[in-house]
Amino acid sequence: MKNILKSTLAILGVLVTFSSCNNSSNSNKKSGALASNVAEKVYVAPGEHDSHYAFLSGGYSGNLTVYGLPSGRMFKEIPVFSQFPTSGYGYSEETKPMLNTSHGFVPWGDSHHPDISQTNGEIDGRFIFINENNTPRIAKIDLTTFETTEIIEVPNSAGNHSSSFVTENTEYVVAGTRFSVPIPQRDMPISEYKGNFQGALSFISVAPETGNMDIKFQVLMPGFNYDLSHPGRGKSHGWFFFTTYNTEEASTLLEVNASQNDKDFIAAINWKKIEEYVNNGGGTMMPANYAHNVYDEHTHTATSTMKKEVRVVNPSEVPGAVYFLPTPKSPHGCDVDPSGEYIVGNGKLSANLTVHSFTKMLAAIENKKFAGEAYGIPILNFEDVLAGVVEQPGLGPLHTEFDGQGNAYTTFFISSEVVKWKLGTWEVLDRKPTFYSVGHLTIPGGNSRKPQGKYMFAMNKITKDRYLPTGPEMEHSAQLYDISGDKMELLLDFPTHGEPHYAAAMRADLIKERSKKIYRLEDNKHPYAAKSDDDTKVVRKGKEVHIYMTTIRSHFSPDNIEGVKVGDKVYFHVTNLEQDFDVPHGFAVLGQNTSELLVMPGQTKSSVWIPTKVGVWPFYCTDFCSALHQEMQGYIRVSAADSSTPIKWSLGEDIE
Amino acid sequence: MKKASIIMIIGSMLLLGLFKFPLWNIMLGAPQYPEPLGMNIYVDGIKGVQEFDLQNIDGLNHYIGMKTIPKPGEMWEFSLFPKVILGMVLLGVIIGLLGYVNKVSYKFFIGWFLFMSILGVLGMYDFNNWLMDYGSNLDPHAIIKVTNPDGTPMSYKPPLFGYQKLLNFDVTSLPHIGGYLMFVGMSLTLVAFWLGRKESLKKATE
Repeated sequence: MKNILKSTLAILGVLVTFSSCNNSSNSNKKSGALASNVAEKVYVAPGEHDSHYAFLSGGYSGNLTVYGLPSGRMFKEIPVFSQFPTSGYGYSEETKPMLNTSHGFVPWGDSHHPDISQTNGEIDGRFIFINENNTPRIAKIDLTTFETTEIIEVPNSAGNHSSSFVTENTEYVVAGTRFSVPIPQRDMPISEYKGNFQGALSFISVAPETGNMDIKFQVLMPGFNYDLSHPGRGKSHGWFFFTTYNTEEASTLLEVNASQNDKDFIAAINWKKIEEYVNNGGGTMMPANYAHNVYDEHTHTATSTMKKEVRVVNPSEVPGAVYFLPTPKSPHGCDVDPSGEYIVGNGKLSANLTVHSFTKMLAAIENKKFAGEAYGIPILNFEDVLAGVVEQPGLGPLHTEFDGQGNAYTTFFISSEVVKWKLGTWEVLDRKPTFYSVGHLTIPGGNSRKPQGKYMFAMNKITKDRYLPTGPEMEHSAQLYDISGDKMELLLDFPTHGEPHYAAAMRADLIKERSKKIYRLEDNKHPYAAKSDDDTKVVRKGKEVHIYMTTIRSHFSPDNIEGVKVGDKVYFHVTNLEQDFDVPHGFAVLGQNTSELLVMPGQTKSSVWIPTKVGVWPFYCTDFCSALHQEMQGYIRVSAADSSTPIKWSLGEDIE
Repeated sequence: MKKASIIMIIGSMLLLGLFKFPLWNIMLGAPQYPEPLGMNIYVDGIKGVQEFDLQNIDGLNHYIGMKTIPKPGEMWEFSLFPKVILGMVLLGVIIGLLGYVNKVSYKFFIGWFLFMSILGVLGMYDFNNWLMDYGSNLDPHAIIKVTNPDGTPMSYKPPLFGYQKLLNFDVTSLPHIGGYLMFVGMSLTLVAFWLGRKESLKKATE
């Protein structure tokens, strides 16, 4: 059947070719046969699935968005670092602890670089990690539920930008610091930056089974700006590479003062060596204060624990663990090819692209050929580690990804294009414009030994786009390209949410099979869950009133509540008894000072309401749940603070 | 007669499949259920195709006032049917064994088949009665009441066999593995009868 369909389409395609040639031989090349051909490549018929998932950072939205490729359709926004009224994330009692930090409750974040967990250097689709740049944190999202399940704050860090990239077996998710700061933080003159500020590179271990995160150690580096990073892989597994800028150690007008040195560095960190040192008791436990927030899928509740110390390692304690590779002109992206041999430094102020060789680096280290040292860290000779230079590929190189066929794709912010070039020969093979001023790009499986080819998408930095105008403020835009041929082919423009910095993408098959449909009610261990109508009750504890409430199509139980007084702290603990896919129930009460709750089948969520006015206030289901959704409502009677109305509740009969 | 007896034994033993596999299956698909809900009917009870299917079918049916799907203890059939099946298997095997040692004639084979067929028809009749009651004995306080053009209440009786549209649901009712094994088993006993008869006719002419 499919074949018949395909051949029919092919015949249609041929007809279109002929007719368009006949009608207008000098028509725009984009219309006619070419355009219809491209449309087919991104057309995912109704009822069919996209072949790839793409997870785009939500930038200053603080979230992560889920897209399908090649259609460019957005499926979901996953709340991570920001309050999200749609589901109640960060508003419900259960999820407020997720946004706790050593600075108190932080309702917003700036998410940057998602990276999917790996096994043996290949993407395994279990978890996705993403960093928060402003109040340094790393989050883990479970890809069976597509929910944020863990957030760890990163102490001693500031501008958590060279993050969150995972090693070959997800041994570590790594977080570097873009802004060096006094470590430990203290009151000191800013002008004494040089020599006194430091940059912490954090290696956060990930437990193999549970994925639980824990800061194993922090390497305290000189006070440069650690911009981006990537793990070594294959032969360079065990190493991590960070680009640096501001090796001048300026603290003001960086756009000038941090652009003085002809070369900055890529820092190469042998984390296996430091790990061994730490496992043998090396490093120093330093007092610290940082939040570790974990969401439990069974209690449906997050807990926040303050951790009080962190292990720090000074590079000088572990000789041979850290080296500097001179790299021209404030390099931004730091990208490692699938073989692990080439380390690309995208010198954003350079006209050329610099590629270092891991093999040459090892040889130079072996031969102790050093050009000098910085703060006790050996600097290798530029020429000794250089694999090659891509000459004049474009202006303002930022990031590079690989297709696994020996080609690299680099974005150029200033000349607004993606350039395809060949590893080893360094020749430019193709270039295509972006619309406009591209930042990151993503190839599915990009940060792994096995990129999954076929598609590449470029995420633009300038919000100016090619859509209908929507006023001064608009969303960003991305372009999808087919990279299966010799030349890249632009397929699609699609809008993106927030400012997506990086994105991670992979084939859909692994993830979609594991995606959960419901939470099992019998596994619900929430302390305030009501697992049947018999468990529903209203309990007063002093000024607190706890309402154990259930929802099922289409009623609340109880739906009449009396005895609540002005100034009480009323907890609505809403359990959704449904065990059917896609039957959430919502909860909102008039005058609620937080968001609604959106409760998935089998889940319990709690909302706190402190009534300020006497009256009878309605509550209702906010999610259209059945043909009788409009009937899903109830009343709560609020009496004066000094009244003696007793606590009562009912369903289906007059309240007695 | 040896060969026929062995086939008789195998045929009747295929009924044991009913203890492992469903006899019948009813699937309910709808626009909002692209992955249909389903119930598997075993000789000793009804189970959901997916873990929560029965609960979800009951949840939907309460709108139109249908009773919940019976639990094994709520229908006498689910305690009697397993005994009847087990009894027929034993009877079939005993007849087969006696046939093997030439203590009974091939006519017992067709006797077993006819007996089993009568029981089967009775079972289907009973099953259909239950479906009828399930689909039309509705709660008068049902939230949604649909009537036929002539004003009588609409019946939600699922089909005994085949496809039927019930409101927004596409309902398909077909035998399942256990049922097919039973049909094959019963057919084999017919084969046994035919073989036994052929042999005995041959003997008679010799």
